Amino acid sequence: MSYMTINNRRVTFTNERNVLSVIRKSGIDLPTFCYHSELSTYGACRMCVVEDDRGKIFASCSEVPRDGMVIYTNTPRLQHHRKMIIELLLAAHCRDCTTCAKNGVCTLQKLSRQLGITDVRFENNKKQLPKDMSSECVIRDPNKCILCGDCVRTCDEIQGLGILDFAFRGSKMQVTPAFNKDLAQTDCVGCGQCRAVCPTGAISIRQNVEPVWAALADKNIRVVAQIAPAVRVAVGDKFGIKKGENTLGRLVAALRRIGFDEVYDTNFGADLTVMEESKELVERLESGENLPLFTSCCPAWVKFCENRYPEFRKNISTCRSPQEMFGALLKEEARLNAEKDRQESRESRKTMVVSIMPCTAKKAEITRPEHFTDGEQNVDYVLTTTEITRMIQEAGIDLAQVQPEALDMPFGLSSGAGAIFGVTGGVTEAVLRRLAGSSRSEDLEEISFSGIRGVDGIKEAKVNLNGREVKIAVANGLGCAQELLEKMKAGEVHYDFVEVMACKRGCIAGGGQPVPIGPRTKKARLEGIYKIDSMAQIKLSNENPIVTTVYEGILKGKEHKLLHNEVN
Amino acid sequence: MLDQSYYDKTDEIIAEHGSDQASLIPIIQDIQTEYRYLPPELLNYVAGKLGINEAKAYSVATFYENFSFEPKGKYVIKVCDGTACHVRKSIPILERLYSELGLSEEKATTDDMLFTLETVSCLGACGLAPVMTVNDKVYPAMTPDAAAELIRELRGA
Repeated sequence: MSYMTINNRRVTFTNERNVLSVIRKSGIDLPTFCYHSELSTYGACRMCVVEDDRGKIFASCSEVPRDGMVIYTNTPRLQHHRKMIIELLLAAHCRDCTTCAKNGVCTLQKLSRQLGITDVRFENNKKQLPKDMSSECVIRDPNKCILCGDCVRTCDEIQGLGILDFAFRGSKMQVTPAFNKDLAQTDCVGCGQCRAVCPTGAISIRQNVEPVWAALADKNIRVVAQIAPAVRVAVGDKFGIKKGENTLGRLVAALRRIGFDEVYDTNFGADLTVMEESKELVERLESGENLPLFTSCCPAWVKFCENRYPEFRKNISTCRSPQEMFGALLKEEARLNAEKDRQESRESRKTMVVSIMPCTAKKAEITRPEHFTDGEQNVDYVLTTTEITRMIQEAGIDLAQVQPEALDMPFGLSSGAGAIFGVTGGVTEAVLRRLAGSSRSEDLEEISFSGIRGVDGIKEAKVNLNGREVKIAVANGLGCAQELLEKMKAGEVHYDFVEVMACKRGCIAGGGQPVPIGPRTKKARLEGIYKIDSMAQIKLSNENPIVTTVYEGILKGKEHKLLHNEVN
Repeated sequence: MLDQSYYDKTDEIIAEHGSDQASLIPIIQDIQTEYRYLPPELLNYVAGKLGINEAKAYSVATFYENFSFEPKGKYVIKVCDGTACHVRKSIPILERLYSELGLSEEKATTDDMLFTLETVSCLGACGLAPVMTVNDKVYPAMTPDAAAELIRELRGA
């Protein structure tokens, strides 16, 4: 065990990656813009500077801890430097905080307040650049960029995409796709991980709040909401609710108060996905065609596969994603009801389906032609957790004070298998449960301990299904998916079933979730999801009575039309 | 769309340097020497061959002032505006050249693709100030008139 002296206090350390980690462990929250524990160290923002006993100033993120080090974190010189850095950043920064998408969650704003910046002596004479509004998922405003490079490294190191990078140099430097292309012209998959790490308003979520408010106010529209699994463990973040706590009941109540006519759970859609995807896996295992079967519930992954690995497109399941399955079902129900109304010459209201999702890529998914049924979008709008938080706040509702309410019927029941879609490995676990077909706790445990849980980048498992060994892989994050696909291409590995979630740890850390999403938040959300599953009375999708009802009712004879992609 | 010959030439250049990621700069330097500019299509092509993201390759190419995505003229004129040249009146030379050639800060190359006019921060020939170069040939102790005369000569050549 080694020790160093931080601000005259002895602090022990073991194998910390850098001095900054030791300082933070000791309880001092040294500010940073460009440091993320999961990314490489960049050392650009210089906010984490410290001074040693000889008066040398260095960035603590880029220094290896040494035994006997003596450092100070808050000397007058350091205070002066940090303030100057913020002031210079602000000098070239748009200062319209009140109208900024990141107002209240902006690190630059937070640190300006924390470090007591009261005046910026310099005028902003930087040339204003146009916003990139081309993507359906995120908006890029280069005028709010502080060049910390977090998005660049996330896109490259974690996601393996490398859409964004620095270009030009000196005062002309900016973060941009190659040749200043619009995001829509690149291979961007819309995962929004760049937005999740962006400390300012330079990358923000494309907002769909306004048309939803308009629909809620329109008495002729029946607005139906569905809530994705990962939303309920994150939407409490901005209301002071404990991180990772299941706030589904409160969210349902809040959505009713702001005017949603019916509120359902995408977990039910996930149950339908489990049914269809299990069937597809069994069929493919029997025919031996297009193996491995790739999951299709993550739209960023589907787009990634199309862009970079088109040869694997045929392996992707034809199943629609849970939100699309549920959307198609709700629209079909509405069509049937409208038909009945017509026969009995009654007026009927138009149905609008709004999905509350942790994801920015889902915004692009709903406009893809294969997700239309009879020429109509299955889901009309996707609101991210961040947007629904804003709407609840705008309506003056404190989620922490709302009495929880139950979901609507007839689709308001779901299984624990549907709930775990929100984390990496969840889809696989749900499908395996269905195929094993047993709800005995020993059998469930055997599946959960087969190696598919956890936060490793690539997880592998072998399970026995009716005497046949099925090889499974779970890719956690697009960077790992790329690694896996390359190995598959080289013929080094073979699988029967592969799950890919574009975001590391799954939807709980999606690009539309409330920020900041630090390691502790991720852990709490992950545990929250598994807790929902362990508390669920129904563990298997096929044991959900509503699933049986819809298969015998609305879905009868239309399974393929409503639950699978028409074009594939 | 570029002619196939451009890609064949690029393949040759890549073969010469090897497809190591570190070879990016020498490769695009050679392409620029070959065509007097760096065609964007070829930068993306090289990036693909070397396994570098397009955005990263663009980042490298824009970092260095030397790389140009625009085709350059037959004569590339560099007017030095380093401190020594500047105090010895390089700006009047530059302005005269702008007016002689019908160019500006935004428009660097003449329509007939004969001249490209650039400024540089220092050519390292401060003793010869004010200095300019045409395709790496150095012209010392220039005046606006001498510069205009040089243009006339080059046009005639």
